[in-house]
Amino acid sequence: MSDRKLRIMVAKPGLDGHDRGARILARYFRDCGYEVIYTGCHQTPEQIVEAAIQEDVDLIGLSCLSGAHKELFPKVVKLLREKGAEDIVVIGGGIIPKQDFQYLYDQGIKEVFTPGTPLEEIKEWIDKNVKVEDRIL
Amino acid sequence: MEQERLEQVFERIKNGDVRLVSRLIRNLEDKVPEAKEVIKYIYPYTGNAKVVGITGAPGAGKSTITDFLISSFRAQDKTVGVLAVDPTSPFTGGALLGDRVRMQNHAGDSGVFIRSLATRGALGGLSAAVEDAIHVLDVMGKDIIIVETVGTGQSEVDIMNNAHTILVVLTPGMGDDVQTIKAGIMEIADIFVINKGDQPGARKLYMDLMRALDMMQDLPGGWKPPIVKLESIAKPAEYANQVDSLKEKIEEHFRFLKDQKMWELREMRKARVQLINAIESQVLSPILELLQKDGEFDNMVQKIAEKEISPHEFAEQIRGKYLKI
Ligand SMILES: Nc1nc2c(ncn2[C@@H]2O[C@H](COP(=O)(O)OP(=O)(O)O)[C@@H](O)[C@H]2O)c(=O)[nH]1
Ligand SMILES: [Mg+2]
Repeated sequence: MSDRKLRIMVAKPGLDGHDRGARILARYFRDCGYEVIYTGCHQTPEQIVEAAIQEDVDLIGLSCLSGAHKELFPKVVKLLREKGAEDIVVIGGGIIPKQDFQYLYDQGIKEVFTPGTPLEEIKEWIDKNVKVEDRIL
Repeated sequence: MEQERLEQVFERIKNGDVRLVSRLIRNLEDKVPEAKEVIKYIYPYTGNAKVVGITGAPGAGKSTITDFLISSFRAQDKTVGVLAVDPTSPFTGGALLGDRVRMQNHAGDSGVFIRSLATRGALGGLSAAVEDAIHVLDVMGKDIIIVETVGTGQSEVDIMNNAHTILVVLTPGMGDDVQTIKAGIMEIADIFVINKGDQPGARKLYMDLMRALDMMQDLPGGWKPPIVKLESIAKPAEYANQVDSLKEKIEEHFRFLKDQKMWELREMRKARVQLINAIESQVLSPILELLQKDGEFDNMVQKIAEKEISPHEFAEQIRGKYLKI
């Protein structure tokens, strides 16, 4: 008789302070019925990973507009692995050139969404790719 | 769960295994049966942590104060657990949990564990998961557990009843004048905090609050809730000093509870709320779920709305069927 609910962290690594997009996304996820943990701007990969583990999220959505995604996103995945939390799915968004996608996939980022992607598409992707049933101790 | 595995889980909680603790809290929220078994097993080992509740209107500054309190307790080498509770949207079942935004500076400090929880709408234990999470952090060895809630309904008062010391945060100019402070919240305060005390109206709020406290008759054990004023996070060093004095008041209240033999009374209060919540979630909710599953509940609602049969009559039938009385 359990009652699973998806938990998502929306995080903004790096130096840019524009979190309007991230906030819109966070609110949209709430309206989808997910529990959303929002941690604000200027987060280091270390802060993001620690919060994600303490919050036991199923998914981290990283948003980056500053162009530092090629360092920051893989760093998050790497730290998750180091902490034995590689089951947490990482996706990325923001201003990311097409030619960087493959590199990010290779580094363990599961999907990349660019501005203008309909939000419903992100939700569909999540519902298809993130499973919460097997979150055992 | 077998005994051996329960013992393992217990050891891992005691050793501060963060991944396990956060997953356990998750499973308690998600009502995974084996998580409850863990609580049953570890319960006798709880009771070492001191629990501080902090409540007040949205935007009053609870998370900010919690952030500074963490630093203040850490400066004394006390370990801290935080449970930040925010409401679940009754329309979508989702929740936006943003308290962590103000508390991200403690990353890398293994003496601090912070967890956001949504109230989740279900009947029977709005606060049940919070209670269980308190037990887990207690066994994890956290010296101080801070529970933040938005002070509105009965469920928040319930959550606060799990605390040894309750802080009520008020701010000037938010309609927080003493007349309008919700009955029930006023009475449960052990310490009042006036936050944003640099803003207009702070003095009046302070005076009004003083007057209301002077008129309060029933002060259990003779504790008169002090009022602590915090000014502005625009001046972080001063603000930190002010929060240090808040921390001292909290410790004074802990000592008062112990000296006056009131600690046990608080424990009894906690136990009472926890028992009622446990009965609600294990007796009342399953009955409601059963009724809802086969549509009986909706039929009853229909008949009551059409004034055909009173709710009491249905309740009597349900009692006869499930409780045999
Ligand atoms: N002026 C002023 N603003 C504050 C103070 N404490 C918090 N704030 C601001 O008030 C807002 C809400 O604070 P938060 O701690 O999230 O409130 P909560 O909803 O009660 O947890 C934030 O923008 C804070 O920066 C204070 O002492 N003075
Ligand atoms: Mg808050």
